[in-house]
Amino acid sequence: MTDALTFENLGVAYRVKGRSQQVLYGIDLQIARGEAYGLVGESGCGKSTAAFAAVRYLPRNGLVTNGRILIDGQDIHQLAAPDLRKLRQYSVSMVYQDPGRSLNPSLPVGRQVSEVFELAGVPRAEWPTRVAEILAKVQISDPALVMQRYPHQLSGGMQQRVAIAMAVASNPTLLVLDEPTTGLDATVEAEVLDLIQHLRRELSTAILFISHNLAVIARMCDRVGVLYAGRLVEEARTDEIFRTPRHPYTAGLLNCLPQAGRSKDKALLATIPGFLPGPGAQITGCVFAPRCALADCLCQTRDPAFVRAGDRATKCHYPERVADMNRAVAAPVLVAAGQGSRRILQISDLAKSFGNGLQRQRVLRDVGFDLRAGETLGLVGESGSGKTTLARCILGLLQPDPGSRIQFDDQPLAGTTAARSRDQVKSIQIVFQNPDSALNRAHSVHRMLSRTIGLLIGLRGAAREARIRALIRAVRLTDRHLTALPRQLSGGLKQRVAIARAFASDPQILICDEPTSALDVSVQAAILNLLAELQATKQVSYILISHDLGVVRYLSDRIAVMYLGQVLEIGPAEAVFSGPHHPYTAALLSSVPSIDGGNNDRVRLTGALPSTANLPNGCVFHTRCPRMMPGLCDQTAPPQITLHADHVLACHLPPDQLSTTARQPLPDGTGPNLADSPVYG
Amino acid sequence: MTDTQVTRQDHGWRADLRRLLRSATFDCGAVIVLFWVGCALVGAQLVPHDPFTDDLMNALLPPSSDHWFGTDQLGRDVFSRVIVGARDILTVAPTATLLSTLLGTALGLTMGYFGGLIDEVLSRITDAVLALPTVIVALLALTALGTSTITVLVVIAFSFAPIIARTVRSAVLTEVGLDYVAAAELRREGTPYILFVEILPNVLPPILVESTVRLGYAIFTVATLSFIGFGIQPPSPDWGLSISANYGMIGGGFWWTVLFDSLAIASLVIGINLIADGIESVLHD
Repeated sequence: MTDALTFENLGVAYRVKGRSQQVLYGIDLQIARGEAYGLVGESGCGKSTAAFAAVRYLPRNGLVTNGRILIDGQDIHQLAAPDLRKLRQYSVSMVYQDPGRSLNPSLPVGRQVSEVFELAGVPRAEWPTRVAEILAKVQISDPALVMQRYPHQLSGGMQQRVAIAMAVASNPTLLVLDEPTTGLDATVEAEVLDLIQHLRRELSTAILFISHNLAVIARMCDRVGVLYAGRLVEEARTDEIFRTPRHPYTAGLLNCLPQAGRSKDKALLATIPGFLPGPGAQITGCVFAPRCALADCLCQTRDPAFVRAGDRATKCHYPERVADMNRAVAAPVLVAAGQGSRRILQISDLAKSFGNGLQRQRVLRDVGFDLRAGETLGLVGESGSGKTTLARCILGLLQPDPGSRIQFDDQPLAGTTAARSRDQVKSIQIVFQNPDSALNRAHSVHRMLSRTIGLLIGLRGAAREARIRALIRAVRLTDRHLTALPRQLSGGLKQRVAIARAFASDPQILICDEPTSALDVSVQAAILNLLAELQATKQVSYILISHDLGVVRYLSDRIAVMYLGQVLEIGPAEAVFSGPHHPYTAALLSSVPSIDGGNNDRVRLTGALPSTANLPNGCVFHTRCPRMMPGLCDQTAPPQITLHADHVLACHLPPDQLSTTARQPLPDGTGPNLADSPVYG
Repeated sequence: MTDTQVTRQDHGWRADLRRLLRSATFDCGAVIVLFWVGCALVGAQLVPHDPFTDDLMNALLPPSSDHWFGTDQLGRDVFSRVIVGARDILTVAPTATLLSTLLGTALGLTMGYFGGLIDEVLSRITDAVLALPTVIVALLALTALGTSTITVLVVIAFSFAPIIARTVRSAVLTEVGLDYVAAAELRREGTPYILFVEILPNVLPPILVESTVRLGYAIFTVATLSFIGFGIQPPSPDWGLSISANYGMIGGGFWWTVLFDSLAIASLVIGINLIADGIESVLHD
């Protein structure tokens, strides 16, 4: 039987400003019928180019320079236009990263999905039933209602279901999924991944699954190919590649992940030093050699071949040495930040609402917690839970509702930065999520730092220059970065500048709002290490907002779980992760895919987040809670249960009935055993 | 960590300028506009005849080797008048555009940054101004205040400022949502600094495009006002003024008295629009 998709020595180049830049080099891969093949790599590796090439959708300046692409045994570049159209109609479909942009905003869902059947020549009278059928197949519970909706009236997860429905409606041989869950919340991502798994079993479609997220790939795919700088560097069965990587890049990627049981007080995260070579770069020898710990003269002079041995293949001169690569990081174990009992920030009855009357959105309600000097408080929850609003209230960028109390060092904090004293403003700073937005693209690094130091510390002249240089070195940049504008720096370097700016005023509390979500894993590891180190040396308290539970676990001492503007659970990181925990926390934890792929007793959340303009009665979580008790949870607000001295949650369930996660924390944080330790990617 | 690389990839304003100079659209426009700017600056010294001297004996001569574009009803050399006629319009229109850009930018920054009631009130006012036809407003103002170049300048500046303000406002709204503005508030920067040092540099490209487009319209408006007698005043050889003085002659077959002035206006406006297109395509790439 022919393979669903074959790349034979595929090379792709883009013409940019009159020059040709090679982005894929001699890719060889086969996807058998019904097989799910994952393509992973960091941004800029050529993953999406491979996806677009597979369906002959390359942008206008893209060009297949050599090799062939076969779908169902047909060379797609030999096909005439009508045949190509037919191929896309019946044999191959694609699902894109952002469903909000891949659906037509001006067509109702029903009309949009029926286009597939129209093209397939189904009689018009049958369209509505066929559309309802296919929507039901992607587990949309009320197809008739959804068919009348426009895409913008659906949630992101729902939109992606519709996109998937359109893709599988023609029962294609090959389904190309380009980062299908990247923009979605963990709980929604879990649902969509479930759905794809389910459809795969039902339709026996082959899948090319593109993702930067190793854990998602591990869960979804039979085989995995790792791309680095446009070359396939390793290929193997999923369980093998994650257990025993044979290419140093794969091993490096795996080691970068903040994994279960790893936390800042045990060890630093591994990083991959250096940078991805730019597109079209001329490289002699192995393309990974400049960043590889195993590289020697041979690697720098001769490009290794992509050698197949059985069902594994690797592009490395020394695959057998990869297993000996030191997984533990040769770095001093950090001194745990002094977790004194001094409460530096006390928040009580914090509320924030927007709008008036019926439109009134109550984004935060009755939020109260303390932050201790030198600790990290992780803040987790789905998007829309009010994490960022809380951060902005603490910073004084948003004025909380009257009656809210925020105290810093036992002094009440005013609602705006203008009304706070200079000392208060300089003591509470933030590292924003996206450095592209947080750094003014018209200002040099030096200017940003010197303004902050000048205004908040009041240093001038030589003293200010000295401090700028000290800061720059503290975040591992050099003096020559000072004159750079943001666009001249890579994402990781930009985030370092943002961190330097946040530390410029010597804050006592630093809010880190998704500090690594815009970054690749290897860069993320370096930034997390930096944050951990700076905390240890400068004794800062962090409030860490992240949707990535691995990141939260790595940095946090305590964790607060937020849902619809309320804190449902707060406690020591260890306790929140191992349980007994709130049903919502349990759902969050179990929705995270793990590299070992084992995920048996998943807690599923159904339905969408209720609107903050119309909050549920009783417990805010009862509409989605798998353990909802009718008559109680939907009537009465839950009591605060104190489990241990420090671990508090709001639930009607008696403590002995709350679920726990049986996880063995690693003894020393070194050499994670990937077979049985889930990884939060 | 060894990742200390600074990318020297230049896509700063220098690279933009290089790409601009390589754009054919921009180059065509620049050649036309530079030609007229040259005429305005040194045309008076180079022309073959004095554009102001009447010579009734030689009135309404068709184009010839002595008078390339013929002569008008007072016997003045049309070629010389067209060349020198660039001077007044190229003073008034750019000045008016500059004024409207300054005013519109200040307004737009204020509306976009403060939002709320301030934005609401200022937006309604600018909408109201936009609803008034420029020429009518100009006529009223010039009748009330008397015709003078200053009044023309002020009228055009005020009637164009709202359009610029709207462009700037929408660009500012995007910028205000970005975190660098929050970061500036978190180090207690003053409002003027945030407006003019943080935000303004990032909204310059749309301002540049919009005010170039406005310059084209300003030339048109000045020419129109001059044509109806409220703009540039005689004895200037201004194009609009000349057309107005001579268009009655077209019926008599004296087309040259009007055609070349009209072509001059058209070419200048087209040249400026080509420049605007060139700038826009480079900035939006």
